[in-house]
Amino acid sequence: MATVEVNRVSKSFAGRQVLADLSLTMGEGELVCLLGPSGCGKTTLLRIIAGFIPPESGRVLVAGKDVTALSPSARRMGMVFQAYSLFPNMTALDNVRFGPRVAGRPKSEQIARAGQLLDLVGLSEHADKYPHQLSGGQQQRVALARALAVQPQVLLLDEPLSALDAKVRVQLREEIRRIQRETGVTTVLVTHDQEEALSISDRVAVMNEGRLLQVASPSTIYREPSCGFVARFIGSGAVLRGVAEGHSVRVANLALPASAAAAHVHGAAVEMFIRPENVRLQPMNGQLPPGAVGVEVRERTFLGSLTRIRLTLPGTDDQFSLWADLASEQAEAFIPGSRVVAQWDEAAPRVMPDADAGLRNG
Amino acid sequence: MSGAGANRMGPGGWTTLILAGVYFVVPLAMTAAFSLWEGGSTYGFEAYRLLLASADLPDALLLSMELALATVAALLLLLVPAMIFMNLYAPGLRPLFEFIATLPFVVPAIALVAGLTALFTGPEWLIGTPFYLVIPYFFLALPFAYRSLDVGLRAIDLTTLTEAGQSLGAGMGQIIRMVILPSLRAALVGSTLLTLAVVMGEFTFANVLLFRTFAVYMNQMGQHEATAAAALAVVSFLITWAAMLGVLIAGRGQTSIPGGH
Ligand SMILES: Nc1ncnc2c1ncn2[C@@H]1O[C@H](COP(=O)(O)OP(=O)(O)OP(=O)(O)O)[C@@H](O)[C@H]1O
Ligand SMILES: [Mg+2]
Repeated sequence: MATVEVNRVSKSFAGRQVLADLSLTMGEGELVCLLGPSGCGKTTLLRIIAGFIPPESGRVLVAGKDVTALSPSARRMGMVFQAYSLFPNMTALDNVRFGPRVAGRPKSEQIARAGQLLDLVGLSEHADKYPHQLSGGQQQRVALARALAVQPQVLLLDEPLSALDAKVRVQLREEIRRIQRETGVTTVLVTHDQEEALSISDRVAVMNEGRLLQVASPSTIYREPSCGFVARFIGSGAVLRGVAEGHSVRVANLALPASAAAAHVHGAAVEMFIRPENVRLQPMNGQLPPGAVGVEVRERTFLGSLTRIRLTLPGTDDQFSLWADLASEQAEAFIPGSRVVAQWDEAAPRVMPDADAGLRNG
Repeated sequence: MSGAGANRMGPGGWTTLILAGVYFVVPLAMTAAFSLWEGGSTYGFEAYRLLLASADLPDALLLSMELALATVAALLLLLVPAMIFMNLYAPGLRPLFEFIATLPFVVPAIALVAGLTALFTGPEWLIGTPFYLVIPYFFLALPFAYRSLDVGLRAIDLTTLTEAGQSLGAGMGQIIRMVILPSLRAALVGSTLLTLAVVMGEFTFANVLLFRTFAVYMNQMGQHEATAAAALAVVSFLITWAAMLGVLIAGRGQTSIPGGH
């Protein structure tokens, strides 16, 4: 149980910058998910915290102490890997007591501790099995117990669930959260599954290209993404590029209602973001009501109780899409190819400055 | 799967299999029959009795065994740490390792001997003794030992296991001793037995350098006691087969009965 501070860490491989002056502070007992697309540097950051690779510049502090120069074995950090990493020549119990064993603890203590931890992960009956006799999910549970056996100050998990099937993944992530709460160990979990990140973390850190774009609670990340990238990456929704004009955003000659646009300079390049649950649809009959937009239904995706409908703005050559989530029985009325009326609460869209606008125009 | 494969095999396949079987079995059976021949139309175990009674055989056998064990020790002590190091820290060197490990196949044994005799200067304790042979045997057995270890190392995720060990507070020595070597058990047994087989059967070096190893002894015996030499050939075949069986059983043990304790 300790605070972790990553302080202005940079790292390049073969001249390519992978982490750029990155800082992240974690409180005691906090679970932070590192979320980002493949190759954005999540594993690199985790391995720098663990001590497997040295940062080029910057420091890592644990409980206020600089550990940057310490070897991985001196850092007291538990680690669970994406690949199955149990020692194949040892039983589950021997795997779990490996840490206390190399630390020279008495054998009775090693076994008692390993037994408790196998209990904690619900695998007491499998103590005498070898890794190849355990399922993938069971192996990762043993790996978790093994990492906890050294009473780590920090627990580092690099996509521990990505090799498991969906059902086991959901079950195990909840278990990881329960165990993390019970042990109170400060935890970093790397994932590129946004649902996983939103469901179990205290805070989510969204990364792209070696930078942290936003670090905030799951609900803040979901409702108030700080930029177009976070908005696109988390959940689903439409990000439309346009120009702020009073209480609306002009996108391809259509004024889309968005009161948040008023906070931007008139004529500024912005990105408007709206989630599918905020878009309502009606059949087209006669006049467009004020604040409504005529759109075309493109395709419907059945998601169970909900159906997601993709809509395009007229006269934009399919360049601008929005999505609407409807109860599935309601969605049947909206046939692909038909013109319908889309409406949303003026306050629902987020409007963010378009960071790439300069690049695109220049 | 293999059963289905066998069923699908056409008449051509069967013919090939039978011909290959005949090709291997006939010479062996003839050798075995010849080793039992006692002149005229009498057959018996006289040749084997002669073998057992021979005073020189135990010496030759012992020498070959000693050479084999020394070669195994030299190979494993050098190869195991080098290959672990290469896999962990310098995977870019793999092509170089592969190249070196196949060289002995490319250079004919007799060329190696010629090269070695040119090196006939050196410390007394090595040049004058049969242990000089460990040097060529090391290179002869290198491809086999390397291949076996390589298969074993590829079967485990060396990097992840090492990092897992480190994150649990273990040093490199502890990780090698407690995790890597036990996980490589089958590969270690395999390269040991293959090296034994290579050294026990080697003739050219020992003969040219005038040492009386098992294979040289067998050849000399063949020059005046043909049936005894045949008996020896049968015995050495059995030894080789036992070694191969050992490799197979050790390999099977890896997957069905994990060892360690
Ligand atoms: N040892 C290395 N040598 C050279 N390049 C590396 C090395 N490790 C990582 N990289 C590069 O650094 C970048 C970030 O890699 P990293 O493994 O941190 O990504 P990641 O976010 O974990 O991705 P993923 O979700 O696919 O696991 C990648 O472009 C990768 O190719
Ligand atoms: Mg990764």
